[in-house]
Amino acid sequence: MTGPAEAAIGRVFRAESGRSVATLVRVFGQLDLAEDAVQDAFELALTVWARDGLPPNPGGWITTTARRCAIDRLRRDVRGRQLLGEVALLEHEPAREGVGAVPDDRLRLIFTCCHPALAPEARVALTLRLLGGLRTDEVARAFLVAEPTMAQRLVRAKRKVRLARIPYRVPGATELPGRLRAVLAVLYLIYNAGAEPGAPPSTAELRAEAIRLARLLTGLLPDEPEVTGLLALLLLTEARFATRTGGDGTLVLLRDQDRSAWDSELIAEGRRLVRACLRRDEPGPYQLQAAINAVHTDADSVATTDWHQILALYDQLLAVAPTPVVALNRAVVVGEVHGPQAALDLLDRLDLAGYHAFHATRADLLHRLGRTGEAAVAYEEAANLATSPAERRHLAARSREAGPGTR
Amino acid sequence: MAQYLLSVHTSPDTTGNAMTPDRIAEMQAMEQEMKETGAWLFSGRLTGPEVATVVRATEGETLTTDGPFVESKEHLGGFYVVEADDLDDALRWAARTSAIIGQPIEVRPFWDTSA
Repeated sequence: MTGPAEAAIGRVFRAESGRSVATLVRVFGQLDLAEDAVQDAFELALTVWARDGLPPNPGGWITTTARRCAIDRLRRDVRGRQLLGEVALLEHEPAREGVGAVPDDRLRLIFTCCHPALAPEARVALTLRLLGGLRTDEVARAFLVAEPTMAQRLVRAKRKVRLARIPYRVPGATELPGRLRAVLAVLYLIYNAGAEPGAPPSTAELRAEAIRLARLLTGLLPDEPEVTGLLALLLLTEARFATRTGGDGTLVLLRDQDRSAWDSELIAEGRRLVRACLRRDEPGPYQLQAAINAVHTDADSVATTDWHQILALYDQLLAVAPTPVVALNRAVVVGEVHGPQAALDLLDRLDLAGYHAFHATRADLLHRLGRTGEAAVAYEEAANLATSPAERRHLAARSREAGPGTR
Repeated sequence: MAQYLLSVHTSPDTTGNAMTPDRIAEMQAMEQEMKETGAWLFSGRLTGPEVATVVRATEGETLTTDGPFVESKEHLGGFYVVEADDLDDALRWAARTSAIIGQPIEVRPFWDTSA
């Protein structure tokens, strides 16, 4: 039975459950109870809305109903009745947030879910479950783990939040930068899990969810340019996503992508955000990566791309995020500006022999230098190291094109 | 409020490292602050595992043996028991302790017996 009410409930659930869970966590201080009560409310909605139609404010209806469901659940045992007394006391204390803007409950909840005391995979799972409203089986499917494994991961994480008293609070000014980095890393991880070349369609949801949460965070923390930078980066990446793989699932390189198929609306929004955050002159890794993507979307081909500007941005990125992978990507750009030999010289100084993209990049450069035998060997090496089947196929094909390998 | 154990594990490589007078003064100042804010409940520094004794009482018989319970390179070297608002509060004390002694600190909550 999938009537219009059920479809509407599905939409409301995805859009509103995070907000309702966050509100209930504030009121009752328990993740499990909040989650269960919101679930109860949606189950009630299934019958009530089918009978009476959609209420004027579905999200508000869910939160109010969930609150009542939580109270019903608490009344069932002694400890719960005790907690209810405490909640009632708090509810009657006016303005306990103090003066100033009242932060959105979801902002508090995301800092709880992404607390550094939790393992990174637990942060991702909790964020998707509690804020994204994904069901446990959906989270499990997206991360290609068995449902019981994911269920256990969530139970353990919630237990740690409860026993260790991981706070439900936006961190203070001194802790905020570090903690915000952890939150942004979780959102970026969620997006990338849905953007792996050849990833199954079940993971597409993750990209949409990461963008939705980044949008939410941008709205809640408008004065943090890295948050805006992340949203811009996700939008500009998403705009080109569909053109990254061919119909048969093979990888399409930037130079071969059909630029007319890029999503111009997402690009326009992404570029506007890049301009807005860079104006603050506090460049961070996400803003710089977004800016690099913005420059790419500015050109109608690889030949007309402003590689000098991209190189300048990579120089800045390498200064704030001096990782071998950033150095590798910068070397690719050096190859466009100063030629393949200059890039190859940079590559030889990097310690990335276990990374398939390193060998793939080396192979491309060798190929451009006419060293086809070495290129074939490097492509083969890259193919052996690549984890996704789509990338492996692509690299093996390049190796064959380059001809018989000679070392 | 919740109670947390902040513990440091020492190994033979680190046990011998005596703290400089400056560090000791920093440590004392922090402990003073812990006491003034009501966070401090108990603390102590333990002797080495070679001084430990294990007692096993089973079926009316008591067996006493020399040495620590688990033979390992690392042993509990010292600890604080603090009262804190939440994990972040406990982590702040742990970070300060870690900075002073130059060693990682494990933070573990006690079971809340009032619940």
